[in-house]
Amino acid sequence: MFINWSQFTPWSALIGGGIIGLAATLLILLNGRIAGISGIVGGLFTAGRGDVGWRIAFVSGLVAAPLVWQFFQELPLIRIDASYAILTVAGLIVGIGTRYGSGCTSGHGVCGISRGSPRSVAATLIFVGVGMLTVYIIRHVLQS
Amino acid sequence: MNNLIALLSGLIFGLGLILAGMANPAKVLAFLDVDGAWDPSLALVMAGAAGVASLAFAVARRRHLSYLGAKMQIPNSRAIDRRLVLGSLAFGIGWGMAGICPGPALVLLGSGSAKGIVFVAAMLLGMGIFAMLEKNR
Repeated sequence: MFINWSQFTPWSALIGGGIIGLAATLLILLNGRIAGISGIVGGLFTAGRGDVGWRIAFVSGLVAAPLVWQFFQELPLIRIDASYAILTVAGLIVGIGTRYGSGCTSGHGVCGISRGSPRSVAATLIFVGVGMLTVYIIRHVLQS
Repeated sequence: MNNLIALLSGLIFGLGLILAGMANPAKVLAFLDVDGAWDPSLALVMAGAAGVASLAFAVARRRHLSYLGAKMQIPNSRAIDRRLVLGSLAFGIGWGMAGICPGPALVLLGSGSAKGIVFVAAMLLGMGIFAMLEKNR
């Protein structure tokens, strides 16, 4: 392992992270809700009446973010190397997996760890570990 | 009012993701690729987010109602069960395949990326399948 210093962006990462934390702060202290994206989106399929509006509002804000960003400056580089077939399979697995495991990088990784939930710490260690293992297999075993 | 807060929170969340570089799947994969040219940025994103959010949750845990009078809906389950482990395992595989998790997926959708749209469609299908399976449990 070696750190790629030319790609490492500590300040924008920390500040961007802090802004994500601020978004989670707003949602919990004002609305009493956890900012877990998979839970908010997945809940659209199961939520009862009166529990749908805020979910759609949150998702709309998230989807609108790149548009608002572009209003002020150009979007930073976005590169997706995966093929459409891989993206379809990956999307399906992410959809089912995050719902089955009750959370993703935001719900478990940010909010769960922030409130010291042992479930979320375990979930985060698992999906980060398995994510690293998956990338290792794809890049260094299958493609070598 | 709750919907306005949710809209703002989603927007701020998305702007944070873009600034942090996390809307770029290649950068996320550079974090997950520990055997390549490793980019530790994602770890700092989580640290920054958790640093701020932990203050909020320290306050939230002592309250029954939010500052706007909504019920605090904080999960209280502590069990590390099979569903949590298997679900997170599956998520990790999908995340490693594409470098996209649900938040950035929605930002990619908004950026108009065709690949992002396909990923979100598949992810929604997956969530729909889960909801159907749960209903018939």
